[in-house]
Amino acid sequence: MIAVMTVLTGLIYPLLLTGLCQAIFHARTDGSLIRRNGVIVGSRLIGQAFSEPQYFQSRPSAAGSGAGYDPTDSTGSNLGPTNAQLIRRVRAAVAAFRRANPNYRGRIPADLVTASGSGLDPDLSPDAALAQVPRVAAARHLSEARVRALVLSHVEGRQWNLFGEPRVNVLELNLALEDASSGK
Amino acid sequence: MTHFLLLTAIYFVVLLGITKPLGSYMARLFSGQRTFLHPLLRPVERGVYRLTGVEEHAEQRWTEYTLALLAFSAAGFVCAFAIQLLQGHLPWNPMGFGTAHKPAGAIPVTPDLAFNSAISFVTNTNWQAYSGENTVSYFTQMTAFTVQNFVSAASGVAMAMVLIRGFARRESKTVGNFWVDLTRATVYLLLPLAFFAALLLASQGVIQNLRPSVVARTLEGSIQIIPQGPVASQEAIKMLGTNGGGFFNANSAHPFENPTPLSNFVEMLLIFSIPAGLTYTFGRDVGDTRQGWALFAAMSILFLVGAGVLFHYEQRGNPLLTQLGLQARAAPGQPGGNMEGKETRFGIADSALFATITTDASCGAVNAAHDSLTPLGGLVPLVNMELGEVVFGGVGAGLLGMLLFAILAVFIAGLMVGRTPEYLGKKIERREVQLAMIALIATAASMLVFTAVASVAQFRQGGYWNPPGAATANLTNGGPHGFTELLYAYSSTSENNGSAFAGLNADTPYYNFTTAGAMLIGRFAFLIPLLAVGGSLASKKRLAITSGTLPTSGPLFVGLLIGTILLVGALTFFPALSLGPVAEHYLMQAGHVF
Repeated sequence: MIAVMTVLTGLIYPLLLTGLCQAIFHARTDGSLIRRNGVIVGSRLIGQAFSEPQYFQSRPSAAGSGAGYDPTDSTGSNLGPTNAQLIRRVRAAVAAFRRANPNYRGRIPADLVTASGSGLDPDLSPDAALAQVPRVAAARHLSEARVRALVLSHVEGRQWNLFGEPRVNVLELNLALEDASSGK
Repeated sequence: MTHFLLLTAIYFVVLLGITKPLGSYMARLFSGQRTFLHPLLRPVERGVYRLTGVEEHAEQRWTEYTLALLAFSAAGFVCAFAIQLLQGHLPWNPMGFGTAHKPAGAIPVTPDLAFNSAISFVTNTNWQAYSGENTVSYFTQMTAFTVQNFVSAASGVAMAMVLIRGFARRESKTVGNFWVDLTRATVYLLLPLAFFAALLLASQGVIQNLRPSVVARTLEGSIQIIPQGPVASQEAIKMLGTNGGGFFNANSAHPFENPTPLSNFVEMLLIFSIPAGLTYTFGRDVGDTRQGWALFAAMSILFLVGAGVLFHYEQRGNPLLTQLGLQARAAPGQPGGNMEGKETRFGIADSALFATITTDASCGAVNAAHDSLTPLGGLVPLVNMELGEVVFGGVGAGLLGMLLFAILAVFIAGLMVGRTPEYLGKKIERREVQLAMIALIATAASMLVFTAVASVAQFRQGGYWNPPGAATANLTNGGPHGFTELLYAYSSTSENNGSAFAGLNADTPYYNFTTAGAMLIGRFAFLIPLLAVGGSLASKKRLAITSGTLPTSGPLFVGLLIGTILLVGALTFFPALSLGPVAEHYLMQAGHVF
């Protein structure tokens, strides 16, 4: 019985689906990859680390070592709410953000300084992206109004107005920013 | 807040809408009637019987039924164990796991890890001591993990049918045929639903291919290796079968497993669909659908309260972070709250609802890091599991657990008025109550004893059993939160949930073997006594309803049932919960860190 079930549910079912999905959904079944000049620069679903001031920065990530966003090691920080390491890490992130964005006065958007569950979160909340506009605009010698408009044009609302949270895809935003800079 | 209420309301209404049609479908299916899928799938069912020599119309006693289940689980274990250890010699392994060409960060499949994962999938727990993307080949994912996702869920439905038939049949020696129930559940129920769900998920961006990982050159010029694989086919059955073992380490928080808020909604719906439908199947089979709706109502109340509490504490956020300048209040442009461990696309509400559902059921998939929940937010999943996962619960196992509590509830009510208790016209006697208590005590003891032992167990550092040394050296978090990590691990495995406070590094021989032990107790020491109850009830007469019979379809019974569940849970787990999440909550309020 186990052999028959293995063939039915372990071979026929996934292989039939693989063929069908590839035929119907094409690029999406391969990971929504983004190509520039023939080179794969990433996936719209998988976040990347950005450290330079002229890019919008992603959330902190616990995936892999160093800057994070290592898709071969997806994970959250797993730090509990009373873990001293968590408090230290967030305090450092807040300080770094205030240093890099001295004009920002408000409270810090929570997602901007906390690590996601996967370590690969491709998005920022709209407020977390908008908080970085003055820095990015200055680093790129673009007007703040233009960069702000770019961010707002990349905001995805709740899906069907019902599900999830409004968000901005960081990689797509940064790619659009590159285009805006080179075409100015 | 508005978003959370709206989301929960929509979810509940859709769930309510599918309960009756799916429940009727299952009632027809498991009583051998034709369904609208028979023209298409009957040849497949017949083919399975022909290849395996199963006699379709032969009935089994409960003992034969149980032996068939055990034999099938044992065979499944051997296959899953062997496939993992041999994956280096098997096809569809483009990353070369288990071979000399494996990538740099690969984690080897040791025998204790393979043992743990095999037990984990066979018992429908899907505890992840493995880390999908750097340990397991596509062949292993498909033929070991996906297969067990199907058949362990189908076995769960089959076991629920035994107890349902126990109540529905009169003076019958037999309770059905395991092989037939297993085949029908797989062919007519799980395969079509999973197939449809996988297409829906793939339309949202869940990947489905057999290619090797892709190398990307990021905008800032570094190299990013992006894993691939047959994810959609695994993801659909992982949710539908309340299995929960992720293709990737981060499970349903991973964007390739759960890319959009809509895929998240679909995944949440898949978890509860069969367990909710089974309440209707139960009502229909015992000849009074109100009996099924009463169970549905009790489950719904516990579900909605849990979701509300979890959301409340997560949205309130972590005061230790709020005082560093973080915003806790939700605004139109940001979710606020405790975002550590959560994805931006799901925010607080869609994460809180998911965490409640996955632990009400024995699913154990996670779309947020449970370890990083606030203390009282994290208390909800823990309590959901410790109450026995009876809130819709696992596929089949949830209904069995709820009927166990129904038996206890009528027993307690019977004691209060001094009558022999009855449920649905069947006398509940000493044997039934004893068996129900064995099931209950076995799992509770497993949770508490394993947790207590791990809190104090010492091992030689660098030795075989637990290289980090003491069992508590594997914890990421200190103070009461560390204790909660242990309690969560053994609650999750003993209840066959599989979610984790993942800060516990559980891939050492000590943890692999003890959690495997907890999973075996949670599956078999819990379910076999209930199969015996089914066999015993089936052989009884059905009594006429008199004025002295406790009505079991009204609000009084729903209240009694919820009271029994909470009473048993509180008496068993209050001390442990006080030491963990409750203590941590007050320490956090007072500003203590560890």
